[in-house]
Amino acid sequence: MSDIADRVRKIVVEHLSVDEDKVTENASFIDDLGADSLDTVELVMAFEEEFGIEIPDDAAETIQTFGDAVKFIKEAS
Amino acid sequence: MFDLSGKTALVTGASGGIGGAIAKALHGAGAVVGLSGTRVEPLEALAAELGERAHVLPCNLSDAGAVDALPKQAIEAMGGVDILVNNAGITRDQIFMRMSDEEWAQVLEVNLTSTMRLCRGVMRPMMKKRWGRIVNISSVVGVTGNPGQANYAASKAGMIGLTKSIAYEVASRGITANAVAPGFIATAMTDKLTDEQKDAINTRIPAARMGTPEEIAAAVLYLASAEAGYVTGATLHVNGGMAMI
Repeated sequence: MSDIADRVRKIVVEHLSVDEDKVTENASFIDDLGADSLDTVELVMAFEEEFGIEIPDDAAETIQTFGDAVKFIKEAS
Repeated sequence: MFDLSGKTALVTGASGGIGGAIAKALHGAGAVVGLSGTRVEPLEALAAELGERAHVLPCNLSDAGAVDALPKQAIEAMGGVDILVNNAGITRDQIFMRMSDEEWAQVLEVNLTSTMRLCRGVMRPMMKKRWGRIVNISSVVGVTGNPGQANYAASKAGMIGLTKSIAYEVASRGITANAVAPGFIATAMTDKLTDEQKDAINTRIPAARMGTPEEIAAAVLYLASAEAGYVTGATLHVNGGMAMI
């Protein structure tokens, strides 16, 4: 995995206080990592800041898993 | 107690009696204040009176684009918005049978929708900071109703529901949202009443007098303070006992 994935993982681990090895490709923020809907908004905010991109609300809704986030950010940055 | 040094506060309707008193109280406690309103002159005058730490941020709250831009302007001017006081409001009184769609829509737009937009606009920076205070100025009539004010009362009741919902969503992020519901407050608007009209109003108030803008400002100052961090989703009634709810 790329540098982007590592940076995304770091943000997820910090925000959700989960173990790094739980943050797998298909790990759902809400179902697997214990995030609530507000956490997902905050994650998106953190991604925007880290990568200097803007993630519109309709796109943010499609980012459900760690893999989704990495894929979106790769395409956007 | 109630030291707001280092905090930034945006107050709408700061050109009015209550809004001006709120701005002065927050400023007096050390906050940097952003004075918003439609009329620039009274805002400039208030800013001049306050001196340092006061910024004039004119905004027409019936213009959606301008409302959405206001939080950004406030953040640029003050470096943040830690405290948002939605105080601006209008009335278009009319008996309900004759109330036009326009009278309804104008009041809802300015009183309720602009409040929602401004709350939304400050939410992101407050979430990041893990600290925020939203104080929405409702009204006793939002809870009791008032003949001739179906639109106004609906907007003020709506503000309470909005405030409570926001309070739920962001309580875990150190952000509180509360409402203050004034009763009859002596302002330029009530100065126009005749003594007879004033007496009639006062007989309905156990305290037997109208409230002062400063008494509303004191309630806002409390809810904006660090000390009120565990108070959220509340409606603080400041009405001289007129409605004990």
